[in-house]
Amino acid sequence: MVKKLMTGNEAVARGFWEASGRVVSAYPGTPSTEITENAARYDELYAEWAPNEKVALEVAIGSSMGGARSLAAMKHVGLNVAADPLFTVAYTGVNGGLLIVSADDPGMHSSQNEQDNRNYARAAKIPALEPADSAEAKNFTKLGLALSEQYDTPVMLRLTTRISHSQSFVELEDREEIENKEYKKDITKYVMTPAGARPRHLQIEARMVALAEFAATSDINRAEYRSKEIGVVCSGAVYQYVREALPGASIYKLGMVYPLSYQSISKFSQQVNKLYVIEELDPFIENILKSWGIECVGKDIFSLCGEIFPETIASELADCPLPEITKTPSIPPRPPVMCAGCPHRAVFYMFNKLKLTVTGDIGCYTLAAAPPLSAIDSTVCMGASIGMAHGLEKALGRDSSHHTVAVLGESTFMHSGITSLINTVYNQSAVTTVILDNSITAMTGHQHNPASGRDAKGEIAPMLDLAALVKACGVKMVNVVDPFDLAKSEKVLKDSLAFDGPSVIIYRQPCVLLGKTAVNNACIVDPKECIGCKRCLKCGCPALGISEGRAIIDDKQCTGCGLCAGLCPKEAITAAESEGK
Amino acid sequence: MTNCCNIIITGVGGQGTVLAGRIISLAAEAAGYDVKVSEVHGMSQRGGSVITQVRFGDSVAAPIIAFGKADIVLAFEKLEALRILPYLTKDGKIIVNNRALLPMPVITGVMKYPDDIEQQILSVYDDAEIFDALALAEEAGNAKSLNIVLLGRLSKLLDWPQNYWTDAIAKAVKPRFIELNLKAFALGRE
Ligand SMILES: Cc1ncc(C[n+]2csc(CCOP(=O)(O)OP(=O)(O)O)c2C)c(N)n1
Repeated sequence: MVKKLMTGNEAVARGFWEASGRVVSAYPGTPSTEITENAARYDELYAEWAPNEKVALEVAIGSSMGGARSLAAMKHVGLNVAADPLFTVAYTGVNGGLLIVSADDPGMHSSQNEQDNRNYARAAKIPALEPADSAEAKNFTKLGLALSEQYDTPVMLRLTTRISHSQSFVELEDREEIENKEYKKDITKYVMTPAGARPRHLQIEARMVALAEFAATSDINRAEYRSKEIGVVCSGAVYQYVREALPGASIYKLGMVYPLSYQSISKFSQQVNKLYVIEELDPFIENILKSWGIECVGKDIFSLCGEIFPETIASELADCPLPEITKTPSIPPRPPVMCAGCPHRAVFYMFNKLKLTVTGDIGCYTLAAAPPLSAIDSTVCMGASIGMAHGLEKALGRDSSHHTVAVLGESTFMHSGITSLINTVYNQSAVTTVILDNSITAMTGHQHNPASGRDAKGEIAPMLDLAALVKACGVKMVNVVDPFDLAKSEKVLKDSLAFDGPSVIIYRQPCVLLGKTAVNNACIVDPKECIGCKRCLKCGCPALGISEGRAIIDDKQCTGCGLCAGLCPKEAITAAESEGK
Repeated sequence: MTNCCNIIITGVGGQGTVLAGRIISLAAEAAGYDVKVSEVHGMSQRGGSVITQVRFGDSVAAPIIAFGKADIVLAFEKLEALRILPYLTKDGKIIVNNRALLPMPVITGVMKYPDDIEQQILSVYDDAEIFDALALAEEAGNAKSLNIVLLGRLSKLLDWPQNYWTDAIAKAVKPRFIELNLKAFALGRE
């Protein structure tokens, strides 16, 4: 059998392909993104980027109803957006198998919170599988689709960053050819009016009981007996850490984290002297065991916050000494920054200079909240910027909108900003909305979106006309500007702020990493002209620095965007000649 | 599990640590080992500190490496080398590109970039290899091949036939960059 090193995300795409999957719809979000990127590489799979997770799940529900095996993938917070269809597709059930992949991010490597989406499985009453490496990620994807059809339920595949983004060996199998199920009109199953939903609710409660019986008999939940001194219940990446840190401990390894089987776990608990539940984030399993009267220790020792590491487990429960650690003095941190040449930078430099209140959003531009730009006042969730600016005006009075902007990227605008823009028109505030259109969903690693002109497979697609769209919403003042044109950018910003009604500015310039911008030679500092005033440093460009009291530019990083040159009071920085910008 | 070799690759987002991790893992696969790799994607790739972790041995459980357990560190930047030291075993080996990339708190003047990093590393690891890998990458033809230069140096610590490495490089990089990267590898290994 051929085996291959794969990340968990690649393995999910592979499993979906092997299991005769047909339709993938998703919105990007770390750590889930590469599932769809990999699915798009298989000719037999239809894979698309939806504008948001709710749309993605609804597409997958539709294709499942149509009889095709379907998958919707998202990061943990994406499931909040898709929660509405989630709770009711739990009632309708499926036709073709439906897998919902939730990639959680304990430790918040790339997220605004670290919610534990196992809670969604319980709240929506659907089963959840959690793989512990890439091989299981592939196998559980296939099993999840089969269970989905067998029990007429959507199935959650819960991943975490360490599973999605870790590579391990996977055995490759062929694609099974499974026919699509026939689509049959069934009003009692798919039309969830109160009268339709009441009998379905009875069925899902019965389904959960049946699934708990599956949990008791399936080999994806297994007891591994070693020493009887310590028994540990765990799943996912933590299972690997427990094996590493406590090689002698008995383990009850859960592959299905919801529902749980009382019989199996209580039998395991009786075999060991002391039972621990080790799980990241919420005491999800621990609380269920305790509600059954099974004595166990979990969050009394292990934190509710962040990841659990092998060394944490070893230091709490193992009797071996920890290795001696080399100490380092306190050194400067290296937070992420906007790239040299990023077109977002100039806009935030202006916001900072004009001392605007800025309701922010989620994308690369969130990095402008960090010093020296410090040009964002709030970041809550995707799309929140416009609604919050509108709310600020309602709290502070109309004048506040003359020095407030809502700022978001084009992908975020289409994801969930547009409804709030409609609200500013309908409920008549004077919010200025700034859309940073870099023609790609950049933060998550450059995915196409409805305004980029390409689809998930890289094929040409119709390109959304953002300016026409916002005008159609009823916005009277709409401008499209190149952010590298500093003078015009500032004038348009001031005019829009002064305007007594909703206004939109689209700052348009492709992401520098796409390599579409004319790449210029690096800017050059004339050390004789530079007076060391450090004004250029205020734009927060990583290519700049100071050496012996004079500005310096790292020619490896500088793309020659010329923003710093425009800030220099002595014209000591020369922007290199542009090649056809 | 106890006989794993643990390698940490650290640098600044965008320097190519993920690719370096993939190449090591392919070479380790050729050598017949079980392999696990933990990568970093997402926000910190925008110029933040990043680490990629590679473990290989007869059987590997966790994809991540605990404090004090890395056998080898490959550091693409000096400050990141210093930051990672708590992961390196007392008798571990560290390979460092001696160039500095200034983090934002240094650029804005809030903090100072330490000027004695090399001495600090050498005072604990006197066999640290600290050299100008960027110059070699440029000699190979592209500064971006820095990661491969460092792999060339790493390859001297692992007694694998050279073709494990060159095959892995050929598999992992785009066809038109293979030649350049093989040159970078050879320069690093020299
Ligand atoms: C509900 C939700 N889905 C997905 C994400 C992941 N995510 C963070 S930023 C971002 C896209 C940002 O794209 P855009 O607004 O165009 O800004 P850019 O990064 O291109 O500057 C995504 C998808 C998220 N944080 N929340």
